[in-house]
Amino acid sequence: MDKGKKIKDVSYAKYGYFFIAPFFIAFLIFQLIPLGQTIYYSFFEYYRSGLKIIGPNPVGFANYQALVESGFLKYAGNTIIMWLIGFVPQIIVSLILAAWFTDVRLRIKGKQFFKVVIYMPNLIMASAFAMLFFALFSDNGPVNSTLISLGILHQPFRFLSTVWGTRGLVGLMNFLMWFGNTTILLMAAVMGINPALFEAAELDGCSPRQTFFKITLPMIRPILVYVLITSMIGGLQMFDVPQILTNAQGSPNRSTMTLIMFLNNHLYSKNYGMAGAVSVILFIVCAILCLLVYFTLNADDGMSHGKKKKKARRA
Amino acid sequence: MEKKPSHVRTVIAYIVLIILTFLCLFFFYILIINASRHHSEIQKGFSFLPGTAFVRNLKNVLKDANIPVVSGIKNSLIVSSLSAAIATYFSALTAYGLYAYNFKLKKPAFIFIMLILVMPTQVSALGFINLITKMKMLNTLYPLFLPSIAAPAVFYFMYSYMQSSLPIELVEAARIDGCGEFRTFNRIVLPIMKPAMAVQAIFAFVSSWNNFFIPALVISDNSKKTLPILIASLRSADFLKFDMGKVYMLITIAIVPIIIVYIALSKYIVAGVALGGVKE
Repeated sequence: MDKGKKIKDVSYAKYGYFFIAPFFIAFLIFQLIPLGQTIYYSFFEYYRSGLKIIGPNPVGFANYQALVESGFLKYAGNTIIMWLIGFVPQIIVSLILAAWFTDVRLRIKGKQFFKVVIYMPNLIMASAFAMLFFALFSDNGPVNSTLISLGILHQPFRFLSTVWGTRGLVGLMNFLMWFGNTTILLMAAVMGINPALFEAAELDGCSPRQTFFKITLPMIRPILVYVLITSMIGGLQMFDVPQILTNAQGSPNRSTMTLIMFLNNHLYSKNYGMAGAVSVILFIVCAILCLLVYFTLNADDGMSHGKKKKKARRA
Repeated sequence: MEKKPSHVRTVIAYIVLIILTFLCLFFFYILIINASRHHSEIQKGFSFLPGTAFVRNLKNVLKDANIPVVSGIKNSLIVSSLSAAIATYFSALTAYGLYAYNFKLKKPAFIFIMLILVMPTQVSALGFINLITKMKMLNTLYPLFLPSIAAPAVFYFMYSYMQSSLPIELVEAARIDGCGEFRTFNRIVLPIMKPAMAVQAIFAFVSSWNNFFIPALVISDNSKKTLPILIASLRSADFLKFDMGKVYMLITIAIVPIIIVYIALSKYIVAGVALGGVKE
């Protein structure tokens, strides 16, 4: 009897492999092999000059050296600056909103309505959103004409010709697209805190400010870390908005050129060596961030993992 | 005395919320207003009231030979629907494989997927484009939806959902009744997973609908272009010569269907965001 059961168990195991096979095959074909090839090309001189294809010739780390000379650090700086312009207000506003929405003393009405509204920009096509901003903030666009007719400005403010105007618009769009998402995540985290803590704080006469800094903030730290890291990965991928807003130029004077725009330019001009080197650096940074996400999720999910183990044993 | 500060805070909270609501909605309001106005009206300045040229702008966009909008909508719909269907089905399948079975590589497989959970696809774009060129899939729609078979974030959501809503006893009962493993998955597990699949299908559809980076590298043929690529080509054309009514109309076509679906399903979507915690 016991033996029979064991044989059955073994025969079930193969279904596990069947079921997860498509995922791993697709990942191998569409991600892993391409990643290997990307890394491989980063060590070769391989580009198109006119109609002629140069290479592939092995050049060691020359591509990486050329990266630094062709403005890689500047573009990395641009990416970080524009990410910060969007992220700092995003995390502040989201924390405040999450605290308000979950504060029983405030009794905000229409919470569902506000949640629906603030999350909406997240679903908007980023390229269409950027095109819309381009039209609205152009020199003769509706924003300028409104400001002039209200007497606030005397002549159009050329948003897209000034460094901080363009970076500010990119940051504003990133803020609008992501603060709703962050608010909802943080709210879920705050609502997961034991309500007895808040009740005790109220009884002890804590001010809302004290409650926020002494209870809410420390309790939701794992989610805050998660939001920070995923937002950093999102920031590294910044592409659609500045690409469309500046028509791939990163104008003015390449001050809004992001790393992925730089990668895109090399891919477009078929300079595979340089594109490979950019990709590899991005991959290394993302891999570190992925590891951090892995550890925060595991620390956070301690309980559900225990549950999983129990169930798995039963199966 | 105690209540007063709370009162002031409530007022401040409402003011901030109203400002943010205004910021979120105002741009889309102008978009829809301008999509309904004539080019010359738009040039004159801003208006709070819609114009009368909505149908005219729509017709102009749809018949413009330089921007194939109709095929763009069709391509976007095909790619997004297939991505959503593939991502949800295969993620549920993978999650079930790791949830319901015991095998040697179970733990490494799970750890591997968790490690690549938020890895951006852009880092391997170079190899990806090379590979699909060799596979003769350049300028086809296949590379835009086939990679969705491996969607780690969707997998993670499905796996978490199974932990909370799929009792393993149910699977065992099906086995005792002589139900095959694949049949069990399709007939018993999938119906239970329906709520999770619906939420993830929406997210997968939207992210594919909005996707720009990879499609722009894969597609160069006009008849295969998806909507984001068409918008980009509009931007690179000489903007000043354009009929602005048409520009706003094309943006409207790209955005408004998603907004309508979102408003209809907002309850589930917002709940899904709070649950998932993982977005690409």
